[in-house]
Amino acid sequence: MIRVVLPTHLRNLAHVSGEVRIDVSGQVTQRAVLDALEARYPVLRGTIRDRETHQRRAFVRFFACERDLSQESPDATLPEEVAAGAEPFLVVGAMAGG
Amino acid sequence: MTGVRVLVGTRKGAFTLTSDGQRRRWEVNGPHFGGWEVYHVAGSPADPNRLFASPSTGWFGQLIQRSDDGGASWEPVGNQFTYDGPVGTHLWYDGTPRPWKFTRIWHLEPSSTDPDTVYAGAEDAALFRSTDGGQTWHELAGLRQHESAPSWQPGAGGLCLHTIVQDPDDPERIFVAISAAGVFRTDDGGQTWRPANRGLRSDGIPDPDAEVGHCVHRLAMHPSRPGVLFMQKHWDVMRSDDGGDSWREISGNLPSDFGFPIAVHPHEPETIYVVPIKSDSEHYPPEGRLRVYRSRTGGTEWQPLTAGLPQSNCYVNVLRDAMATDSLEECGVYFGTTGGQVYASADDGDSWAPIVRDLPPVLSVEAQTLP
Repeated sequence: MIRVVLPTHLRNLAHVSGEVRIDVSGQVTQRAVLDALEARYPVLRGTIRDRETHQRRAFVRFFACERDLSQESPDATLPEEVAAGAEPFLVVGAMAGG
Repeated sequence: MTGVRVLVGTRKGAFTLTSDGQRRRWEVNGPHFGGWEVYHVAGSPADPNRLFASPSTGWFGQLIQRSDDGGASWEPVGNQFTYDGPVGTHLWYDGTPRPWKFTRIWHLEPSSTDPDTVYAGAEDAALFRSTDGGQTWHELAGLRQHESAPSWQPGAGGLCLHTIVQDPDDPERIFVAISAAGVFRTDDGGQTWRPANRGLRSDGIPDPDAEVGHCVHRLAMHPSRPGVLFMQKHWDVMRSDDGGDSWREISGNLPSDFGFPIAVHPHEPETIYVVPIKSDSEHYPPEGRLRVYRSRTGGTEWQPLTAGLPQSNCYVNVLRDAMATDSLEECGVYFGTTGGQVYASADDGDSWAPIVRDLPPVLSVEAQTLP
């Protein structure tokens, strides 16, 4: 079980409150988490990453375990604490965004 | 009972303002999509309870929201805007080529006959159409593939397609306006396009009367006279009597012919409205006096309308999509300002009063006349 924290606007859009819990099969990577998130909440497609290129939107950041993982490869394994559900994966709107 | 619903897009959400036919008391609802920048909200003439809105943010990109109950509830529909075919390049501000990149939807234009059909004008400039109520979008790519497209340059707000005018007598004919490329017209439902800018002069471009490159701010047409078009350009108020084949200036006695919106009276095709702005770098009313100018002669002779509008220390702007009319017998005219006021007149513009004073900066205003 992966815990994902979404920013307010995306929580509203997906009609969720608090953390989102999703199952990811196989290796827990940024791409796998976002694929699972978008599969469960299709309305989030295009809001975190580009619909086609899957490139992260410029003013969105990914944090976990007090680290900025935004520049990591989308196929890099996320920290063990995230994979174990001990720490959440944070999707954050950058402070410069709006 | 007859009523009016005014749809307002702002920098931080959308609002609906409703009133009965008297238009004295207003109910304000919103913000819808609070925190999202709503460039436009538009209602379907074929089904006034069907509304489309285009919220976006720098963080999370573009959404399209649809309401089927007049704005009481909203659901996100499709937000996939993919350029069709080769992306190509246009010119950037510095004159170098730059690939087309989707940023946002500036304007939504629902079909006058089919509630499921709606057009969307994009930045970077392109025209999209949905025929399934906004669920899926397809580009009418002939426009962006026009031979002049590699030379199009953005206006200050971006390379945006901001105006879409359908000819009510000919479903194959559509006009669009792009800043800063100009007006384009299709006569075959959007497959092929040609520039419609003859007669425009713009001093900010190398060839002032070039076929393309003009910063057209807004077009307006009266549905009973689709061959007559009115234009507010970066500078100059213009008129065409031949469906955009040629234009002539009708700025006349305006205190400034710079401005953004232009609107036509719903029952008088020769009555038009503009809001003069001091200059291209001073986006506020001349002398700090907010005045709507009305011409009852199709241009050239203009009369200031000031009753109820601030006549000192007013330095707001009125953006291109932020003026509209209703179609009640005594016509209502509405506009919103960058200071967050929405003004209404229930007497053709003779007198004005604010409906609401303290919204976020207003980006767009549309008026629906309800049965």
